[in-house]
Amino acid sequence: MSALLSIERVKARYGPVEALRGVSLHVDEGEIVALIGANGAGKSTLLMTICGDPRAAEGRVVYAGRDITGAALHEMVDLGIAQSPEGRRIFPRMSVLENLQMGAFKGDPANFQGDLDRIFALFPRLAERRSQRAGTMSGGEQQMLAIGRALMSRPRLLLLDEPSLGLAPLLVAQIFATIREINRERGVTVLLVEQNAYHALRLAHRGYVLVNGEIRMSGEGQKLLDDPDIRKAYLAGGHG
Amino acid sequence: MEYFLQQLINGLTLGAIYGLIAIGYTMVYGIVGMINFAHGEVYMIGAFVSLIAFTILGTFAFANPVVAILIVLVAAIVFTAAYGWTVERIAYRPLRGSFRLAPLISAIGVSIFLQNYVHLLQGAKMKPLQPVVTGGFVLAQDGGFAVRITYLQIGIVVATVVLMAAFTLLIQKTSLGRAQRACEQDRKMAALLGVNVDRTISITFVMGAALAAVAGLIFTLYYGAVDFFIGFLAGLKAFTAAVLGGIGSLPGAMLGGVLIGLIEAFWSAHFPIAYKDVAVFAILVIVLIFRPTGLLGRPDVEKV
Repeated sequence: MSALLSIERVKARYGPVEALRGVSLHVDEGEIVALIGANGAGKSTLLMTICGDPRAAEGRVVYAGRDITGAALHEMVDLGIAQSPEGRRIFPRMSVLENLQMGAFKGDPANFQGDLDRIFALFPRLAERRSQRAGTMSGGEQQMLAIGRALMSRPRLLLLDEPSLGLAPLLVAQIFATIREINRERGVTVLLVEQNAYHALRLAHRGYVLVNGEIRMSGEGQKLLDDPDIRKAYLAGGHG
Repeated sequence: MEYFLQQLINGLTLGAIYGLIAIGYTMVYGIVGMINFAHGEVYMIGAFVSLIAFTILGTFAFANPVVAILIVLVAAIVFTAAYGWTVERIAYRPLRGSFRLAPLISAIGVSIFLQNYVHLLQGAKMKPLQPVVTGGFVLAQDGGFAVRITYLQIGIVVATVVLMAAFTLLIQKTSLGRAQRACEQDRKMAALLGVNVDRTISITFVMGAALAAVAGLIFTLYYGAVDFFIGFLAGLKAFTAAVLGGIGSLPGAMLGGVLIGLIEAFWSAHFPIAYKDVAVFAILVIVLIFRPTGLLGRPDVEKV
């Protein structure tokens, strides 16, 4: 397997703060990779830096063999990169359907109906609420919408920022099952940022631990789960 | 009654012009979040381009008014849109990401520049135009007073309604319109989905300028004279219309325009005409105090 995405010694600033201090990681084609770490460790910044905002001050982002460090935010979809970002960022004054249409903004209109049906099969809740204003939905529904919207662009690489944030435990399990399904059945490569380390590491093939803008540890998901330090730092209080 | 009807017709016609300009304010505000105070001047340029185009056609002794108007319409839209695009490119885009007042100050600068530019090129005098469309109906007659509606007035109202409907559909139903609304709601997210934000904003300015060009053409036809200063007051009134209707709302801009037109017409009919602008701007003040979101505006409350 070859690396679909590799991040090489990337440094990035977010305002005056140096959020990433030389991060290197790679994601192979077909993998699910989890990036775990505490609040403020730089996880979300890393996902945005992959997309070019904030741009890496040093280091390189290489995707499918191509250096995309200087690429513009709006070029990501054409490259096959989709993101469900921090805070979901659904368009609150658009309907659910319009949000999904925005997800397919650069897509072939001929694929639209089929893709939409598949998203609705994945998240039946969205089908029920297709004409509702997205801003009036619950947090869990907005989360589904953000993931569905990202999938509408038929990504090769899906970047997910805290898909379990604010969801009821039952929904968390459902969302993670969905991510596995997307990865297995459609071959979408996933880089997942999570505070919910237990679920994330059980789902992922491999994981990285980010501490204060640096990768502290990496390895297979199960191996990281068994690591006593990780258990103490991220899994205290049971199964997240 | 007849007098009332006549003022209603006059007010609606005037309101249609204000409404068309107001849509440009409201669209740019809705999508970019700034008041383009140079928009009145863009409208003035639309009027001048129309006048010049009619004059050129006139030297060829063009007889058919419908064909002439269509040619002038295309010329006015193309040139005025080019001005709108250039203004955004030169005066606003470099300031994006700067502090909020910067583009506003820049807009006032552009407004002063365009006024003086046309002043220098065309002179300060009113430029007249021979009437292009003449004739009309007499709707009602009461003694010596006839209620008249001209073909031009009918054309103005019809054109305005059609444009209004077309732009509303465009914004609500097309991919471009969705991209524009996405830019309004979350620019960074729109870019992540593949929307070229800079280009979308440029298109918005071009669309606003095209509508201002139509308004400028209508003004030229209706009043038959143009000078370099017409954009100032019309721009302020259209801005008032946009605020009155609820800035950011397209139907609101149209409604606001029509209301301002009607207020002007009826005030002029019954009160001292010198105070008609005072009446219009008093409305602006009252709306800002009691209903800052305007008649059709929505307060920005969203569940996060």
